[in-house]
Amino acid sequence: MSERGKYAGIFIGSSAGGLAALSAIFSQLPEIFSLPIVVVQHRAKGNRDLLEEILAGKSALRIEQASEKEAIRAGCIYLAPPDYHLLIEEDMTFSLSSAEPVVHSRPSIDVLFESAALALGRRLVGVVLTGASPDGSKGITAIRRSGGLTVVQDPEEAEYAAMPRAAIATGNVDKILPVQGIAEFLRGLHA
Amino acid sequence: MKEPDRNEQTMVVDSEALRHLLEEIRGVYGYDFTEYAEASVKRRVGRFAELRQINSLEQLRELLLHDEASLENFIQEVSVTVTEMFRDPDFYLALRMAVVKRLATYPFLRVWVAGCATGEEVYSAAIMLEEADLLRRSVIYATDINQKSMQTAREGIYPIAAMKSYTSNYLKSGGSREFSTYYKAKYGSVIFNKDLKKNLIFYPHNLVVDRSFNEFHLILCRNVLIYFKQALQNRVIGLFHESLCTFGILALGSKESLLFTDKRKNFQEIARKEKIYMKVK
Repeated sequence: MSERGKYAGIFIGSSAGGLAALSAIFSQLPEIFSLPIVVVQHRAKGNRDLLEEILAGKSALRIEQASEKEAIRAGCIYLAPPDYHLLIEEDMTFSLSSAEPVVHSRPSIDVLFESAALALGRRLVGVVLTGASPDGSKGITAIRRSGGLTVVQDPEEAEYAAMPRAAIATGNVDKILPVQGIAEFLRGLHA
Repeated sequence: MKEPDRNEQTMVVDSEALRHLLEEIRGVYGYDFTEYAEASVKRRVGRFAELRQINSLEQLRELLLHDEASLENFIQEVSVTVTEMFRDPDFYLALRMAVVKRLATYPFLRVWVAGCATGEEVYSAAIMLEEADLLRRSVIYATDINQKSMQTAREGIYPIAAMKSYTSNYLKSGGSREFSTYYKAKYGSVIFNKDLKKNLIFYPHNLVVDRSFNEFHLILCRNVLIYFKQALQNRVIGLFHESLCTFGILALGSKESLLFTDKRKNFQEIARKEKIYMKVK
């Protein structure tokens, strides 16, 4: 059965090593893509890290930092701003929060994934990539429980294996794929 | 507060049932969270329930509607109180460079820190004014709906462990003194000096339902509006507009803006990135 048209959004969490993994995936997505992609990449606050600018150079899709109350549009890749949690509302807009860090992280992957699962139910895909943190595993569980699809980068090839491993250990992961496989899978979701 | 156990299942908060509960809380206690952005409220409510091993919204409802002490704790949890001193040092730097000179032209100053939480930004503002020799002719009104946080703010006692990052923020914000001269350390805590507190007034004010209560030269309201839905944001900006003198200054959080509010044309940008605005009409 085709996976096309089943989903309303793709949610990606990445930490240490994430820039290379995200670049590899985004460089393989077509210029026209029918889903929005929302990313939490762990990043330090304060210093301008140029994350959006660097990724924009790798992708044909539009890359933006998510703003609060902004309507989420298909074909756009959004990144959580440093030092804020990013949440999804039921009307497909963004909310920001400066509540305490979760698993030492703000933005936190769990916060994004859990709010997205509540807002979208089964109509979402969650992806956990390389990282040295356990962030994202609670979120993967929330996405699975709401009926969404969960994908994790193969820890064997991930630059940092701890985060994919923690996600897999929850027993709530549908697909374990190398970055190349994740890119192909996401490309197949274009409707 | 302690992180919930990562293996525990977070209570799933149904939107409709939550809206109903928030309506009831408003009816019984007058605290109105119905126009707060829902994703964050859901998360906070789920966390509150989790920490108290409450498994259903029905059980939570019983507790909140019949036990006022629990309701106070609930408000504490739902109204995010996370803050720090000289948060976003670039903002305070811009305030020192672009605004303080303007404020110095007034014979006396009224400042409002709206949504002051535990008060870290209140003391930051007081220190900034002190260093411009303006504090002695200023009154800083610090308000919040959360009484418990405001008590912390009033005392001005913070963990000593936080001072390292606050000192670093202070220096980056253009601070030129020894930061430790502003407080005394005692038993793992620090208490901020009486001199800073002399012109501070703390009192409860609810941005959702309460009116304007004075005319101000400077209003700081940072990382409060992000928790509100758009219609409420718009009303609160209207309240600030009404509460500012002409050429008064409004400062918002780094991710907040006037862009979607009715009064955006009544303000002029003073520092774009730092979200500092001046009321021009």
